[in-house]
Amino acid sequence: MKLRTILLATTGSLMAAPMAFGDAHGNMANSMTLVSWGGAYQASQIAAYSNPYQEMHPDVEMIWDESSPEAVARLRAMEEAGNITWDLVDVEAADAIRLCDEGLAMEIDANEVLAPAPDGTEAEDDFGEMLVNDCFIPQIVFSTVAAYRTDQVPAGVEPPSGACDLFDLETYPGQRALNRNPIANMEWALLCDGVAYEDVYDALETEEGIAQAFAMLDTIKDQTIWWSSAAEAVQLLADGEVFMATSYNGRWFSAIAEQNQPIGMAWDWQMLDLDGWIIPEGLPEDRLARVLDFVYFATDTQRLADQAAYISYGPARASSAPLVGTHAELGIEMAPHMPTDPANGENTFVNNYLWWADYRDDLDARFQAWLAQ
Amino acid sequence: MTDASAGNASQNAATARREDAARTGPMLAADGRPLKASLNRALRRQKMRALLLIAPLLIFILVTFVAPIIDMLFRSVENQIVSETLPRTVVALDDWDAQDLPSEDVYAALAYDFNEAAERRRHTRLGSRLNYETTGLSSTFRRSGRGIEDVGETYAEQFIDLDEAWEEPETWTALMAHPDWLSAQAEWAAEAEAAGRDFDEPEPAFRLAPGIADVLPETADAYRSFARTIQQEDEDSPTEEEPWNTVYLALYRDLAAQPASAVAAYFGPIAAELAAADAAVDGFETVSLREVFGEMDDAWAEMPMWETIDAFSDPYTAGYFLAAIDLQLTPDGIEAQPEDQRIYILLFQRTIFMSLVITISCVLLGYPIAYLLSNLPARTSNLLLILVLLPFWTSLLVRTSAWKVLLQQEGVINDILVWVGFIADDARLQLINNQTGTIIAMTHILLPFMILPLFSVMKTIPPYYVRAAKSLGATNWTAFWRVYFPQSIPGIGAGCILVFILSIGYYITPELVGGRTGTFISNRIAFHISESLNWGLAAALGSILLALVLVLYWIYDRMVGIDNVKLG
Repeated sequence: MKLRTILLATTGSLMAAPMAFGDAHGNMANSMTLVSWGGAYQASQIAAYSNPYQEMHPDVEMIWDESSPEAVARLRAMEEAGNITWDLVDVEAADAIRLCDEGLAMEIDANEVLAPAPDGTEAEDDFGEMLVNDCFIPQIVFSTVAAYRTDQVPAGVEPPSGACDLFDLETYPGQRALNRNPIANMEWALLCDGVAYEDVYDALETEEGIAQAFAMLDTIKDQTIWWSSAAEAVQLLADGEVFMATSYNGRWFSAIAEQNQPIGMAWDWQMLDLDGWIIPEGLPEDRLARVLDFVYFATDTQRLADQAAYISYGPARASSAPLVGTHAELGIEMAPHMPTDPANGENTFVNNYLWWADYRDDLDARFQAWLAQ
Repeated sequence: MTDASAGNASQNAATARREDAARTGPMLAADGRPLKASLNRALRRQKMRALLLIAPLLIFILVTFVAPIIDMLFRSVENQIVSETLPRTVVALDDWDAQDLPSEDVYAALAYDFNEAAERRRHTRLGSRLNYETTGLSSTFRRSGRGIEDVGETYAEQFIDLDEAWEEPETWTALMAHPDWLSAQAEWAAEAEAAGRDFDEPEPAFRLAPGIADVLPETADAYRSFARTIQQEDEDSPTEEEPWNTVYLALYRDLAAQPASAVAAYFGPIAAELAAADAAVDGFETVSLREVFGEMDDAWAEMPMWETIDAFSDPYTAGYFLAAIDLQLTPDGIEAQPEDQRIYILLFQRTIFMSLVITISCVLLGYPIAYLLSNLPARTSNLLLILVLLPFWTSLLVRTSAWKVLLQQEGVINDILVWVGFIADDARLQLINNQTGTIIAMTHILLPFMILPLFSVMKTIPPYYVRAAKSLGATNWTAFWRVYFPQSIPGIGAGCILVFILSIGYYITPELVGGRTGTFISNRIAFHISESLNWGLAAALGSILLALVLVLYWIYDRMVGIDNVKLG
């Protein structure tokens, strides 16, 4: 009785809207399959979203799958087989665009499906530009950012401050570790060669621009280990294999703050990127009703802010930012570790998903051919 | 002497039988049937029984293995998406000369097709498909999907200004719908009304009025496309929805193209409105569809878009296979890819070369071990065998990661070499993230596949052959090389086939330790399956890889003979 009163008191206001929504959709399924990336990120989602949700709905079974890396291919295969077994899938914005284009993700109306901010701002305004297309429900902002070994900085030199120091072999000798695909690398090559940010993508559409980017990358090609999974970059830096590497900021945070590795961040020209949910197209009504109920809860202002206590990714809602507190175990203030913190953002750019959707195939072929030579 | 005479006798008997048969017809079995047929029947029954016995496994393999592979490989030539998404455009493009931008008729066909595709959310899928061929089309299609609903708006407004009846869904259903459909629809609507919320039977599928397609061919087609689409996609009814703007475009085009007499011959319910519209269309303000599309996205008013659609309009294409061998399909025929994009031939060569190196290293390392195993006393050899199998039972990822720890520049091997003094601290060897790394790690991972068949073949070679050779004066080397080695060849053959075929399709290990020079073709296939979603290209690369393996297998069979392969 007492527990129920507390639950009702604390969640009353939150419950009201989704309940009304659920009723309109009839019965809700009692089981849902959520797909995410595994590791610390998935753990943060379970802690911030799904545990509180299950306290409210103890009879709902939540099954977590770690298949996000191959989500696009798996969803397409499921659609062809006519049997969609996933209810909610965590993907990067670029994949959300592809899934939406392929008709594999459901189009949603943000204002209808997502909760408004506590001050009444509609979801569409609260998320703002994070809503990159009609299918994507953003959760977090992460960044691909450079880091370096603090103990190997040459004497008498300022430590690296940003991605452009990757190309400065004179000041910072030593190996590099970069992602084995063109995204971010091509932009950095041009930015660090003096091209203004607003001209970067125009330049990459021309032969000269591509040649210029490859010429810049050529200067470090032999000094670079090309990674294919983000964990590799952290391992290479932690083992002292390389002096500078790029990876996701959450990985660096856990290496620095949780594992006390001698690693420092070089935030300048970090590439911001988004991660969020998509709902597969063609779910039966009862499952869809359950998913919508969960999504309404899991993407509200408080839940997104809560997630930041477990991992250093910035919440996608503007209204969540002031609520970001301290790390759940370490007790350190999380805000300065967020890619969205103004102190980390002198120069940043956002992954240009739509541009890459067009040019990825072309540039990827060139990039792989360049690597192989 | 006796043998020869016996042979003669049997030959004589055979000749006699043959002569006998020629005289009296075929030899008969006890039941009076010809013996040959009867024998065949018995054999067939036996074969059927054998087949039934293996049928469960055979069906299982066919369903779960062969069929999916064939289905997947089939994608390498499949290209129906263009003709299914833009059916009218593809037909209209048939007599396009490819010299200049296509005519207004083609743009009109495109407007009808694109409108339906956008409503069914198929246009972006086609955009992604065509983007593989011409960079940039993916966003053209995405953008056009948002703009298409305005194409034809000029005409819709003018028709409605002329007579507001054109805005009413009833006008259109009266003009376009079959009377039978109208009554079926009315019945359905009444039922739905009576049943209330729980009624979920779909509305009867829309049917065109008889004869309307002769009077207004494009309009009838566009309207049917509209009616069917909203019925299927939105569960809306044509009786309640104003048609898309492209339907008005079609009406304008029909009325402008038809002689007045054709419309005058129409005596349907909307004859008066139609006649009025026919009289008015000559005064309508017109727009060039080419310009309308060009405003939506420049690509529509440029040649590459149309050349791409035209080149890939056939339901089957060689495009993926060409791309898989660094060629491309252009309007001028088949051309090589630009030099800085050629990658697949290189990767195929590298895959085969490195698989050969890995196979040879496996033979060199595995042969002595297998020899030792098969010649030691049982207890010791069992212990050693477990040492061989232990890594075999360990996860592939664990073994690959272990190699990273060992081989990297700050790794165990480099540390030891520096400590011993073989190499200087600042000149550590690059053993991983290149071809060397892939070869070392994969040789280790595939070694059991070489040792086990070698071991099982060597076990069966009797030791006294070598002893006999030696007792006849052979040196140790001659006894091994001339007597022992030839008998172990079937094991080498089996091991080589296993290792080579496994390594040619390997993916995880090269991905993790291959760096930029040690990755295989399978890494690209995986990329196209899971990241770029270009399954057609992935299927073409896979087919080529499969064909390569089969050809190599055939060559091996010709050279070594597949009968000489033994797994034990």
